[in-house]
Amino acid sequence: MVRVAELQSKASPVDRPPGAGAPQYVITAGNLTKYYGDVAAVDGISFRVAAGEAFGLLGPNGAGKSTAMKMIGGVSRRTSGSLSVMGLDPDQHGPEVRAHLGVVPQQDNLDEELRVRDNLLVYGRYFGLPMSYLRPKADELLEFAQLTDKARSRVDALSGGMKRRLTIARSLINEPRILLLDEPTTGLDPQARHILWDRLFRLKEQGVTLILTTHYMDEAEQLCDRLIVVDKGRIMAGGSPAALIREHSSREVLELRFGSDRNAGIGAELAGIGERVETLPDRVLIYAHDGEAALEQVSARGLRPLASLVRRSSLEDVFLRLTGRSLVD
Amino acid sequence: MSVTEAARNRRYGALYSRNVRAVVGRGLMATKSSNALVMLSGFFEPVLYLISMGVGLGAIVGPVQGPGGQEISYAAYIAPALLAVSAMNGAVYDSTWNVFFKMNFARLYQGMLYTSLGPLDVAMGEIFLALLRGLLYATGFTAVLGVLGLITTPWAVLMIPASVLIAFGFASLGMGITSFMKTFQQMDWISFVMLPMFLFSATFYPLSVYPQHIQWLIQAMPLWHGVELLRQISVGVFSPATAVHLGYYLAMVAVGILLTTGRLRALFLK
Repeated sequence: MVRVAELQSKASPVDRPPGAGAPQYVITAGNLTKYYGDVAAVDGISFRVAAGEAFGLLGPNGAGKSTAMKMIGGVSRRTSGSLSVMGLDPDQHGPEVRAHLGVVPQQDNLDEELRVRDNLLVYGRYFGLPMSYLRPKADELLEFAQLTDKARSRVDALSGGMKRRLTIARSLINEPRILLLDEPTTGLDPQARHILWDRLFRLKEQGVTLILTTHYMDEAEQLCDRLIVVDKGRIMAGGSPAALIREHSSREVLELRFGSDRNAGIGAELAGIGERVETLPDRVLIYAHDGEAALEQVSARGLRPLASLVRRSSLEDVFLRLTGRSLVD
Repeated sequence: MSVTEAARNRRYGALYSRNVRAVVGRGLMATKSSNALVMLSGFFEPVLYLISMGVGLGAIVGPVQGPGGQEISYAAYIAPALLAVSAMNGAVYDSTWNVFFKMNFARLYQGMLYTSLGPLDVAMGEIFLALLRGLLYATGFTAVLGVLGLITTPWAVLMIPASVLIAFGFASLGMGITSFMKTFQQMDWISFVMLPMFLFSATFYPLSVYPQHIQWLIQAMPLWHGVELLRQISVGVFSPATAVHLGYYLAMVAVGILLTTGRLRALFLK
């Protein structure tokens, strides 16, 4: 049976400081590839995640984010490429790798046959942790997840947000070095999302490495130090949210609405204003360093939009530019 | 560490973490909090059959010939068969439907497998739980037989470990078979095989009523060996066939474990 002390001191290259200032990578993926039959779910992606970093995987549905997460956890075998998590190959050392991982899956898979606190205790037992450690730890995590007064409740009596927080609390039972979060806030109301973000910030402050997938761009901007945008199993771009915006979008965006029937035709008349003009069915977007100046140019050409809005460029602009606007399922 | 041990560790390193007891502990806790009624129904099933067929039907059938040629009551004749059937049903339910549901709907195993547990820990834990339940049922049923005066020899106590062996054979093979199942329709095939096996494996009347080639077919089926094994034990009359019945189950356990282990990834990592 593995004790907590062993879990924490288990030898791995990351624990040993290799030299002052050198970045310590907890995950290194090289040309990581996964085929399901003839279909490439993950098609040769490479990335490194440093200890304590919050790293995001962004991409539309079916981009291969969850598959990448599964390979990191060693519950899905890669087709080719290299992968090292805490210095170990998850395909060869699944149980040891997962001893360092906390996992929050896309769909809650809490044990509905057990009560709230028992969910934490039993999950800790799966890591081989002793009850003398688990009892106080479970109470501490219930406190952290703001579920102390629900300790004896049945799991199916919890709200969606509570279940999500319990799943996160459960993932922390083994004091993981890396937390894998697969769309952690999908389906939650804004209050529940903000509570969750706050909890994740605290974990980051404690030095836990966060790997998260999401398709909420505001979430990625809030939480991620660095991210990669994945589409059809390939990396489209990578970097910090600010750097990605700088690189793939303008500083500001001017949104103009001329009415659904006129938007399409008016694009040509706007040519030359700002860095790029994009015509959508419901509005026209002008990417420009200075949105107000662009708006003045539009007026100067005698065009009168029904509505106009100047805003900062967001990660969403980058995301849509890189992965396209058409719906893929 | 010897070379073979190192090789084994490499082979099962990703599949096994020597923590079967956590899976068993989870099962016991879940049973305590929600499955108590299901457990009771499994105990009563053979008892109800015994009362209806053994006592009711037995009243018009009269005494029949037991394995050693001696006369025994009809209830005493079918009691060991019912025990074998209940061992089979419990083990098959636990290793097929139960595993299928937990994997595809409760997503319980997905959660377990994201911890230090490997698929082999989960499989062995679930089989152990099935056997533990089988042990409880067999003990309870044997006690009922004692109360009804159907036990005539101390050998009958051995029916308890023997029915655990029968359950082990069905559970290990059943889990291997479940690994090939993808839909509910396919799962229904399991009942399609089990019901005729229950009715025709010399459960309620001797094998001799069948023509020769049907006898061979039934003798190839696992339940018949379980029925005959327990029937012999119940009266303490043994023959070389006893060893054949035992060997059949030992082989079934071995094949089942090999199949289940080989199909572990398919079974739990869908």
